[in-house]
Amino acid sequence: MVAGVLGLALVVALWEGYKQFGPESGWVIGEARILPRATDLAMPHVWEMVTRLLEPETSASTSSPLWLVILQAALVSLGIACVGLLVGTVVGLALALAMDRFQVAEHGLLPWIVLSQTVPLIAFAPMVKSWGSNIAIGAWEWPAWMSVAVIASYLAFFPVAVGALRGLQSPTVEQRELFRTYDAGYWPTLRKVKLPAAVPYLLSSLRLAAAAAVVGTVVAEGSIAYLDGIGRKLIGYGGQASGDPAKAWAPIFGAAVLGLLAAGVVWLVGVALRRYRRGEAT
Amino acid sequence: MIDDGKATVTSDSPSTTPTSESGDEPATPAVSLAGVTKQFASKQGQVQALADIDLSVAPGEFVSLIGPSGCGKSTLMRLVADLETPSAGTVQVFGKTATRARKDQDYGIAFQQSGLLAWRTVADNIAVPLELHKVSRRRRQERVAELAALVGLEEFTGHYPDQLSGGMQQRVAIARALAEQPRLLLMDEPFGALDEMTRERLQTELSRLVRKTGAAVVFVTHSIPEAVFLSERVVVMSPRPGRITRIVPTGLGPDVVRDEVLRESERFYELVTEVREALHARPGAGS
Repeated sequence: MVAGVLGLALVVALWEGYKQFGPESGWVIGEARILPRATDLAMPHVWEMVTRLLEPETSASTSSPLWLVILQAALVSLGIACVGLLVGTVVGLALALAMDRFQVAEHGLLPWIVLSQTVPLIAFAPMVKSWGSNIAIGAWEWPAWMSVAVIASYLAFFPVAVGALRGLQSPTVEQRELFRTYDAGYWPTLRKVKLPAAVPYLLSSLRLAAAAAVVGTVVAEGSIAYLDGIGRKLIGYGGQASGDPAKAWAPIFGAAVLGLLAAGVVWLVGVALRRYRRGEAT
Repeated sequence: MIDDGKATVTSDSPSTTPTSESGDEPATPAVSLAGVTKQFASKQGQVQALADIDLSVAPGEFVSLIGPSGCGKSTLMRLVADLETPSAGTVQVFGKTATRARKDQDYGIAFQQSGLLAWRTVADNIAVPLELHKVSRRRRQERVAELAALVGLEEFTGHYPDQLSGGMQQRVAIARALAEQPRLLLMDEPFGALDEMTRERLQTELSRLVRKTGAAVVFVTHSIPEAVFLSERVVVMSPRPGRITRIVPTGLGPDVVRDEVLRESERFYELVTEVREALHARPGAGS
């Protein structure tokens, strides 16, 4: 906790230090700018960013303070990211179980799972949206947020699938043979050895998956123009940065808080499962 | 030799349900291998791991398998455990096929690595086979308490494996192997990773346990003194292909007390020498 605060203070000090002493026009070698400009436009003062959060979002008299707008958007995105993480975890676990159970599934699926992550998200997001907009069951229509959640889960399932597979395969030869001598079938072996042994692997995968779900949510919101989340605020405020540079930073802080909250959720899961983590260095 | 006192009693009353063992006939051997060979496929082609193995272990008998690496002693034990299948020949455990015996839980097994589950306490580790075989919670608790006392770990039942020394972990593994009162114990270098002091102490304890339970033991080891100390017969094996070169009877029956006196006796040294010479003799060169 103390170290975390110190780290934050260090980042602020570096930022302000560079702004104070760094070259106004940045540091350019040939054509390439190696270090950024230190102008107020490129690097607003930290206190300006903070005070901007307390001011209203727009000049309209009915406008809410910026921090509240950001918080509401962040909560919407957090909800979507959590759904994405949940779906991604279920899908990833199911794939890992299938690959662990059937060698042929491992050989057949794993390359595709790896390949799936090389598809650029930006290219893929509008497609998901257009598929979704064609889905309607009776009066129910596919809401846009679910497209975002699907994209988030697409990023989140990958670390879970790979990590859980390693975890399921982590019991030692002795442990597997012991269970064979007990004439234990697939399900008892899964329940008593494989799943508990997979917990530490699963938790570190979940940490990655939570971060991936947040990134996926923010990027997908941006690229399919989902207006309620923080992703769209990021793009919208970015466009206003020339007139209001400090405002553009607000959704970035919001996204960072989002990541922290998602990591917190995984931490809580880890606390609940701590008895399966005895082998882990903590 | 025949440890089964109950069998004698039942044979007196013909009305009782007939069992495979009766006091008059010689008891079915605990383990019986006939003409067993085992080949493994490898990159260099077929490897002959075991050739022409004939071996019989009587109920309650302690037999050690000793030999250099690659002589197939572990493979031999694994055939009995039905963790491998023979390429030819027959393996019988209490007169059944090895598979049947495994399914019937006729043996308990312990490896060099304890294979304890890190997230379970000592008590819960010992209870694993009982849980799997649907023994009631009450009965399980009773049995675990008995077993923990048997291996001297009654004060550690709430500990986790990472809180135990290597020797204590191996004791838990032995308790787990004894959980279902098997009449046969299979042990693959169970003390191989322990220091010499702990090793000797555990050997003494094991001999005490075995005498108490009356189980037959097939014990794989690298150590000549260990084999001599524990066994009634030491089976000496040689590699390429793995075969039995000699069987040394120690004359140390189940009733001989295994203690420091035995370890330092003249007889013990003679037996160690005999096994060592058998190990170093080239097969076929005569010994």
